[in-house]
Order: sequence, then C-alpha cells, then structure tokens
Amino acid sequence: MTAHPTVAARRPRLRGRARRAVTSLAAASALVATAALTGCAAERDGDVYTVLNSSTDETYHRWDAEAMARCGKRLGVTVEQQSVPASQVMTKALRMASSKSLPDVVQFDASEMPVFAEAGGLVDLRTLGLSTDHVPDGIVDFGSYRGTYYGAARSVNTLALFYDKDVLAEAGIRTPATWDDLREAARELTRGKRYGLALSAGGAEDGVFQFTPFMWSNGGDERELDSPEVVEALDFWKALLKDGSLSRSTVNWTQADVNDQFMAGNAAMMINGPWQVETLNSDPDLNWGLAEIPVPEAGADSVAPLGGAVLTVPRTGDDGRQRMAGRIVACLTGEKEQLSYALNSWMVPADERAAAVWRSKVPELDALADQVATARSRTAQVGAGWPAVSLALQSAFQSALTGQSSEAALKRAQQRATSGN
Amino acid sequence: MTTSTATAPPAAAPRKSTAPDPARARLCRRLARWGFVAPAVVFMLLFFGYPLVRNVVMSFQHYTPKTFFTGEAPFNGADNWSSVFQDALFGKALWHTLVFTAGSLLGQFCVGLALAVFFNRRFPLGGVLRSLILLPWLVPMVVSGVVWRRILDQDTGVLNTFLDTLGLGGHTPWLTSPGTALLSVILVNVWIGIPFNMVILYGGLQEIPKELYEAASLDGASAWRAFRSVTLPLLKPVITVVLVLGFMSTVKILDLILALTDGGPADATQTLGTLTYQNSFVELDFGAGAVVGNVLILISAVFAVFYLRANRTEGK
Repeated sequence: MTAHPTVAARRPRLRGRARRAVTSLAAASALVATAALTGCAAERDGDVYTVLNSSTDETYHRWDAEAMARCGKRLGVTVEQQSVPASQVMTKALRMASSKSLPDVVQFDASEMPVFAEAGGLVDLRTLGLSTDHVPDGIVDFGSYRGTYYGAARSVNTLALFYDKDVLAEAGIRTPATWDDLREAARELTRGKRYGLALSAGGAEDGVFQFTPFMWSNGGDERELDSPEVVEALDFWKALLKDGSLSRSTVNWTQADVNDQFMAGNAAMMINGPWQVETLNSDPDLNWGLAEIPVPEAGADSVAPLGGAVLTVPRTGDDGRQRMAGRIVACLTGEKEQLSYALNSWMVPADERAAAVWRSKVPELDALADQVATARSRTAQVGAGWPAVSLALQSAFQSALTGQSSEAALKRAQQRATSGN
Repeated sequence: MTTSTATAPPAAAPRKSTAPDPARARLCRRLARWGFVAPAVVFMLLFFGYPLVRNVVMSFQHYTPKTFFTGEAPFNGADNWSSVFQDALFGKALWHTLVFTAGSLLGQFCVGLALAVFFNRRFPLGGVLRSLILLPWLVPMVVSGVVWRRILDQDTGVLNTFLDTLGLGGHTPWLTSPGTALLSVILVNVWIGIPFNMVILYGGLQEIPKELYEAASLDGASAWRAFRSVTLPLLKPVITVVLVLGFMSTVKILDLILALTDGGPADATQTLGTLTYQNSFVELDFGAGAVVGNVLILISAVFAVFYLRANRTEGK
C-alpha cells in the first residue's frame, strides 16, 4: 500500500439509489459474460504475456508500458499490463487463482506477497534463473518468504524526515537527529497555524508504516507489541501530540494528506516517502530537505521500513510460460530498467550497481539511500501474519493518541494480534 | 390462484362434450402461469439464493487464501462464529451500526419530510431550489466522503474555520476524537440521505387531494392539526417505503465510512459493514467475514418480516 500514491483508492460500493445504473451495468456484464462463455477469453494467446499490477496512475502506467514494451521486444513476446488499485491486487489475484486464469506476472506490495506465497501460489524465482548477486541481502529478504526468493523488486522506498529548509533556517534550527532534538525542534517550529511536524497515524497501512521506524529504532518488535520499547515509541508520539507539535487530525491523515499539509505550509517537517517528491517538486517555491528519521539516542541506528512492490511469477501450471515470465521479471528488474524506473519514480533501485548510479544522479535523496540500506521488511518476522498485526497496531496507536494509555492500548493489541493466528 | 381454479370447472362443464380435454387445458394454464413466474424464480435462486447459501456455508468453513488454489475449505464447526462473537470489536461494531442506522434514519427522515412539506407549496424558484437539493444524491458516495473529510478537518477544515470566524469555538475534533467521530459520520450520512427522503415524500404529498386540506380548514383545523390528521395518515404507506429503503441502504454502510474515517479513530466508527470488509479483504479470513455478513443479513431479514407484516395488515 505504501508503494504508490494510489493508496487511498477505494472500491466504491453501490447503494439502493444507484439501482438504475446497476441494471445497465448488469446488462453490460451479461453481454461480456456471454462473450467470454462463447470462447473469446478461453484460450491464452501464445505470445502475449500479462502482468497484473497497481499502476493505475497515468504516469506509472505509462512508464510500465514503456518498460514492458522494451522487454517484450528483447524477448520476442508481447507484454501487456492489467492495472487495478493497489488495495485490490490481492483479492483480484486470488479470484483469478480460483478460476485458473492467473496472469503470468503479478506485482504485489511486498507486505502482501507472503500471503500469496503461503497459499502456495508463487514460483521460486531462483528456479527460473533469476540472480540475486547484485541485490543487497535486506532487499532479497524483502522479496523472500521463509527463505525462498519469490519476489524481485525493481526499486524500494522507505520513510525519511522531510523539512522546509527556509523555515528551519529562519528559526535557526539544525536538522534533528534524535528524538529529543525532534521534540524540541517541533515545539519551536509550531507557530500560529503551522505545526512543527506532520505524520500519518491514520487507520490503515499508512499509519502503521509510519509507526514502524519509531518502534524499530527503539528496539521494539512486531512480535511483542506490549514490550516497553514499543510503549516508549508510542509514548513519544503521544508527547509530540501533547506538546501541540502534531495536529490532532493526525489520526485521520493518510500519507498523501500529510504531504498536502506540508506543502500548504501547515507543517514545518513531515515523515514521508520518496513517492511524494514528484508532487513536492511541483512547487518551485518550496525548498525542502531530507534527513534520516531521528533516533531515540544519539548513535543509535535509524531503522525504517522497506516499502515497495515486488514482481512475482504465480503458479499457472504451464512450465514454458512460467520460464518466459521469469525472463520478463529478470528483464524488468535488470540494472538498466531499474535505473530508469527509479529515476522516474524517485525510488531507490534495488540493484547495487543501479543504486550507485542513481545516487550520483539524485544527490538530494542521498539520505534516503542510506536509510534504505538499514531498512527492515515488515513481514520478515511475522510473514503472512502481518495483516493481523497491522490491524491491531492501528487500533492501538489511535486509541493511545485519543486518550488511552499506551500501555493498555498495546496490551490489547498484542492480545488481538495473537488471537487471530 | 385459488379463486380462478374454483371458477374454472363450472365454466367448462356445459361444453364438456365439445372441449378437447379439460384436464389438459387446466395443465396448460397452470404451466403458462408457472412459465411467467419461472424467470423470476430462476433469477432469485441464482443471484440471491446461491450467494446466500454459499455465505452461510462459508461461515462454517476455514476459508483462507489457500482455498482459492486447492478448492478445499474444511468445515470447522462453529469456530468462526464463536471467535467473532468473542471479539470485543464485534459488539462495538454492532452497537455502532444500530446507532448509525437509527440516527441516520431519524435525521434524514425529519429533514426530508420538513423539506418535502416546504416545497409542496408553490413559490417562485421552488423548482430550481428543489433540484439543487438533489445534488448530494448525484455525487458519488466516495467523492462525498473525501470532500467531507476535508471539510471536517480539525485545523484546516472549512467547517471549523467558519465556526471560528463566528466565534463559536471552532476546534471541534469532528472526525479525530472517538467521542465525536460516529456523530460526524451520521451527520454526513444524513446530508447524503436527505434528497432521497425528500423526493419520495414529496411525491407522496403530491398524491394527497387538496380538497382534504380545504375540508380540514373549513372545519377550523390549524396547520399543525391538518398535518397530523391529514398528511401523516395518508402519507403512511410512503413513509414505510422510505424508511425501509433507507434502513436497507444504511445498515450495510461501508463506502462512506471507509472514505471518512476508515473505521477509526480507534475503531470508533467500525460498523458491521466495515468489520466484514476488514475480516474478508484485509485479514483475508473469509470465514469470519461471512459470519459478520450473515449477521447483517439476519438483521435485514428480521426487519423485512416486520415490514411484510405491516404491509399485510394495511392491505386488509
């Protein structure tokens, strides 16, 4: 969910008042169904390969189409993409699995991949000849489930501290490096309608993604949500809110909202990811800078979450096609393609060689590349159990930020996360 | 059906010698009758019966992502049911659903009725104003949700800024406090539902003969008395329809809440609709999702029975 700016896309539901629309829709779908039953969609075209992804954004869709055209040309096949909103990739892929119509390649958000792998739906990429020689271990783990490499990343992203250089310079404040610095800076930068810091504590994966760097940098762990380290991290968020450095609307903000607030000048600093850079750069007057997320104590490692999507090859049962799908994935995650994708999307290439070139081309995102090097995958410990942990955690930090004690909220979260498994 | 079969034999009796075969004719007629019913029955079985049964069966199965590959979903007795009922969130969601439904219906209906009565008099620009009020109905639910989320933002929202200018505080945490979030969501849903209520009730009001009001005023009835003794009783069938349709679309609310609060903050706006969505499509525990879905169906079914009862007694 954190890979693309399309996070907030939601499936609209029909209500009674839309009945007339439903009737015409039903008629249309009946026609389509008849067409399908009479054989239009029954047979796969030999040379056409499909990639299911979440590139519903016009720019991403175009970049992907271009990359797929290049790879298709090289491999002598046609590669087509089918894009659905990020939140629907999993359910769509599952439905396709049950009707035995899986596409040749599926691009999952890395936090969702383990669920599909656990169900036995993915092919080990190493058996298809994909090499991980130039991929850092952290990113190999990111695409692996229980030691098997199922997902190849083109690029990865993470979170960092964005700040308004002009505002900080005017107030004579250095970029904060520790929690104490951050708290102090945020308090001093809060003036009138402007808050010192903006972050997302919304009730979806966005908020959890943002909480993880605070939890992990403090030594906390998603397997033990009620540990003192996690309680401390949540208490730190509470302190920021109590100081008035965070807006009370924080609990209702997505990461895109946070970016809007920052750009509107309602926040002097924000926690966000590189996918916002395109939007940030659209305002020439905004002079923003980037730093690693502050750590509890000076000298501690800043551990941020790895985000991004991985390309996987689902088990379609057709070995020949699976092998070709593997070659398509290899091409799309090749050094050259990674670099062009990363430069387009402002994300960090997964391949070390591509990352080195990328660093020299976008020096302003250097801090991000450092953050990625130590970043951690959300599913490394709990695997397919992540959705349950994530839901429990959302509820916990929202309760704590709206009045409950961090300890009680996290104790309940731990019970909730473990009762589901 | 009983009346027509009772009258058929005497009609056929005198021509008994000439008619080909009365038994066959009767069979044909019966077949024709069923022929007309059949498409509806098939449609109902296929698109309502099958999913319903499937949903009930699924709630007794261990249905996970693996099932989509293997097709196997082992039965696990009442495990899903007991785990859902033991979850504190279910009780909360049930309560929120009831409050949300009752609050929304009450608000939508009262304001809708007031507007319908208001527009029932003819006055300049009445038609234009009436169509303008339909706007919320035309806007897709998700769009309304997104726009209202901005309007209700605590610091930068239009509503709080407006209240602030008027000196009325303006720091209400509409969607950001567990204490007020449910109320705010209800208010937005009332706003969305007003046009529907107004249109249907307005239609009903137009059907009431004007003479009745004239007669009432001749009898010296006040406006309020005329409303109570003429308007309300004659509007009752329409009111029932409005409330039932309103209930059905409100009790299963999902999109609006997802767009406004995502069920938060701290589960303060979780309803049965969002809970079944979360169980099925976020946690991918389809068995648990089916349980909550079944509870929703059960609630609607109970309400439908009351509705049918009410209609039957009215018919007599």
